[in-house]
Amino acid sequence: MTETFIQFAYLVAAFLFITALRALGHPDSARRGMHSAALGMLVAIIATLFEARIITYEWIALGAVAGAVVGYPLGMWVPMTAMPQRIAFSHAFGALAATLVGVAEYLHSYGEAGLSAAQMTALGFEVLLGALTVTGSIMAFAKLQGLLPGRPVTFRFQNMLNLVALVFVVILLMALIYDPYRVDLFFVIVCVSAAIGISLILPIGGADMPVVVSLLNSYAGLAAVATGFAINNNILIIVGALDGASGFILSIAMSRAMNRSFSNVLFGAFGSSSVVATGTESEGGEMAQVSAEDAALRLAFAGKVVVVPGYGLAVAQAQHQARELGDLIEKRGGEVRYAIHPVAGRMPGHMNVLLAEAGVPYDKLIEMDEINERFHETDVAVVVGANDVVNPAAGSNPASPIYGMPILNVSDSRSVIVLKRGTGRGFSGVENDLFFHSKTTMLFGDAKQSLIDLAVEVKGA
Amino acid sequence: MSSTLMIQLFVFMLAGFVGFQTISRIPPLLHTPLMAATNAISGISLVASLAVAGSAQGVLATILGTIAVGCAVANVVGGFLITDRMLAMFRRSKDKSNRGENGND
Repeated sequence: MTETFIQFAYLVAAFLFITALRALGHPDSARRGMHSAALGMLVAIIATLFEARIITYEWIALGAVAGAVVGYPLGMWVPMTAMPQRIAFSHAFGALAATLVGVAEYLHSYGEAGLSAAQMTALGFEVLLGALTVTGSIMAFAKLQGLLPGRPVTFRFQNMLNLVALVFVVILLMALIYDPYRVDLFFVIVCVSAAIGISLILPIGGADMPVVVSLLNSYAGLAAVATGFAINNNILIIVGALDGASGFILSIAMSRAMNRSFSNVLFGAFGSSSVVATGTESEGGEMAQVSAEDAALRLAFAGKVVVVPGYGLAVAQAQHQARELGDLIEKRGGEVRYAIHPVAGRMPGHMNVLLAEAGVPYDKLIEMDEINERFHETDVAVVVGANDVVNPAAGSNPASPIYGMPILNVSDSRSVIVLKRGTGRGFSGVENDLFFHSKTTMLFGDAKQSLIDLAVEVKGA
Repeated sequence: MSSTLMIQLFVFMLAGFVGFQTISRIPPLLHTPLMAATNAISGISLVASLAVAGSAQGVLATILGTIAVGCAVANVVGGFLITDRMLAMFRRSKDKSNRGENGND
């Protein structure tokens, strides 16, 4: 009877979770959807507490209180700029929970219940994916938080080593399926998987993090699926599959937007991407510089302005200044839109959140495909701290390392103002012809300061 | 191969399919909230942790289970709070700047 009740509660929870994800399809319904997901979670948890296996509640209460104490600041106090590392951190939490459950279940079954081959396979994958995600996520967190150097750390045969380690783990797992009572092998799997997680993330640079964070999301989901198989729990399988699918879709979207191949993402082999730029000599001669006054004058009298925020804006945390400038232009009668490249920011969709937090309404945040059709009727495009995502070489120069990457076609607009720290190159090390274009003028300086200067001048114009 | 396992494989496949269909429809605008949301929902691994922490299978299992409960609850609490905080920031502009062409989102 109780078992039926629990399963029914899980069914309700699964329904609520899927509706929640559906509601996330639109910003108007998203918030309500998440409330129903939270309800689903509550239903599932309460139902689980009735499970026959659970006989004491003290330890559960202790864990829950500790978790809530840690979770509350993670939810309420973390700034939006720190979202990527916050998400990476909680991937580590989720994966750690899966790994520990895997270890405990293994030891339990080892002791009394006995292990079928299927169960052993599931437990093996659970701790493999779990341990790998724990250390990988902690590495990603440390890099994003600046605790470790963001630049890629590479050594020879890195990918080969990872591959060998992975094959080794799978062989151990097969041995364990054949003889489930080799506790030593089980813990070797846990340790080697953890080591793989570290060496997988080590070679990945800061700008590649959107792909990594998504990929770890997917791995964490698959670890949950394995848990579900191991303990015969459908809700875990369902939620893990949703999570895995989400991470998978996002990593594909991100890799596409960064011009990386699908297999490159799947096997996490980003290490080989440190392409030395080819054809670095500039073709177009001098960059035309502009003063803040002149640039502001053009903005003040422009009819349609598109702001293109990039990674540099996120680094400078200048999203509030960008919004203030936009507001001033709109007050003078201009129309301001924000062009969002899929990999602007440090995780999927990060730039949207940063601008939404600064108070930009979401209907002014325009996705790449849509805004690209609108650039030809734009008077002024303002590029703030973006480089590779607006480089026309991606569309025109097959020799360029970023060839094929989808970009924002800012050069279609009537004029372009580029706010940039200096004359340096973008992440890919490729020279950007846009900066030498006859339509383009450059405003050098710190992004935040330049935006403040522009705002002051627009106000006075 | 047991029939339970077979059914689980079906559940996995169908859930994966539903996930792909549903999540492909989520616009890039909401991809960060999506990640926070899946993070919160993945706290469902709590149901496994609860069973380990509460079933008195020995000191080691109880300790591992309790830590797992803590991690999962942290994800549930933190995940739902931050997703809600984020989604609350997404606002539509007030009508003044709607000039017809951007009302089609």
